[in-house]
Amino acid sequence: MIEFLNRLFGREPSSRTAKERLKLVLLSDHLSLAPDVIEALKHDLFEVISRYVEIDAANCDVTFEQREKQVAMMANIPILGMQKRPAPPPVPPASHTNGSSKPARKASANGSGTPRRRRRKAQPQSMPQPQLAQGSPQPT
Amino acid sequence: MINQVVQDEVPVAGDVPRVRGRAIVVTSGKGGVGKTTTTANLGTALAALGASVVLVDADVGLRNLDIVLGLEARVRHHVLDVLEGVVTLDEALVTDKRVPKLRLLAAAQTREKDDVDTAAFRDLIGTLRDRFDYVLIDCPAGIEKGFVNAIAGADEAIVVCTPEVAAVRDADRVVGLLGDDRKVELIVNRLRPALVRKGKMLSVDDVNDILHLPLLGVIADAPDVIVSTNRGQPVALDPASEVGESYRAIARRITGQDSAAPEIPREKTFLGKLFGGRS
Ligand SMILES: Nc1ncnc2c1ncn2[C@@H]1O[C@H](COP(=O)(O)OP(=O)(O)OP(=O)(O)O)[C@@H](O)[C@H]1O
Ligand SMILES: [Mg+2]
Repeated sequence: MIEFLNRLFGREPSSRTAKERLKLVLLSDHLSLAPDVIEALKHDLFEVISRYVEIDAANCDVTFEQREKQVAMMANIPILGMQKRPAPPPVPPASHTNGSSKPARKASANGSGTPRRRRRKAQPQSMPQPQLAQGSPQPT
Repeated sequence: MINQVVQDEVPVAGDVPRVRGRAIVVTSGKGGVGKTTTTANLGTALAALGASVVLVDADVGLRNLDIVLGLEARVRHHVLDVLEGVVTLDEALVTDKRVPKLRLLAAAQTREKDDVDTAAFRDLIGTLRDRFDYVLIDCPAGIEKGFVNAIAGADEAIVVCTPEVAAVRDADRVVGLLGDDRKVELIVNRLRPALVRKGKMLSVDDVNDILHLPLLGVIADAPDVIVSTNRGQPVALDPASEVGESYRAIARRITGQDSAAPEIPREKTFLGKLFGGRS
């Protein structure tokens, strides 16, 4: 909000505003997504993560970087605490076994590796395994 | 390192291998950012260094290069006359008497970009590469047919960009369209160092944080450019002009004679302003 006001009243150097606008517009050019869709994506990303852990919403930051032919998305999400848990209470990490890693690896083939952690926590549970594995690549 | 002279050798009839010239398109996407001014001045500076240079105006329908060079009165024929076999290439080339190693192939003013056949234009550039050390192509604004024709025969590109949001965005688009097979370098044009210092203009770093291109040079926004264009005397010919020197430095970087990092124009001092002005 303060940033917005500063910008509105010209307190931020206009060159910085220009650069920020450029970054956002090029990102949407490259991804073929409208700027407000990207904002919605960021919002949903934070929302999903905060379902599992408590995050420092004020200091969350998502940046996009052009790498050769691809755009990479980087999220910097400070975690305040691990007290928040997903609806079904997770089983202590000690119960991991090698035997259960097979379906997880299969799932990560169509997404990136990042959701692995969450998936692991969820794995030892009896039922929700297939759904979680299927849905997990989405938040990345 | 980036600016090493890259030349491929092509066997010519009589099997004496001859070094082929470089075909460089000067492009930008956005209009009015300085493509024609850059082409004219780099061509002049390269020819002044002793290289044989031909400038090709690919802006069919809106020809300007002859005006900026001050050669408009001597243009009799144009690219399309050559492509359509009305005149020979040599009949259409205009020699610049100030720098005799410089030739101009003008665009047709009363025709349209769609009248130019892409393959024929590419072949023409190929022919010119066999005869000149440098073929500089002045690309029209936009990304339509005129752009496609202009880049067709070029194996290198200079992207001209001003420190403005729209220019950088369009430059980014053009870089994508130029593809991976061409060497692409950046010239930032019309920089105003005083505005950059005050945070009122994107800096060269700001621009290149976004474009990520090898920086060939930076040209200040300078009245000299406008004055020299009024006169039809490329500023690169003016030994006393600072922007003229910027163009000459870029030319040396293109030939590989200068490998130092490009200089960023600095703010003029009060005294410099007093004595440096021209009108
Ligand atoms: N470094 C500079 N300092 C001051 N004026 C400049 C500079 N570079 C270009 N200009 C001016 O900007 C105007 C546009 O330049 P120019 O015709 O070279 O652009 P262009 O990219 O070829 O335009 P178009 O897209 O219409 O072909 C001209 O009036 C020219 O004199
Ligand atoms: Mg032009």
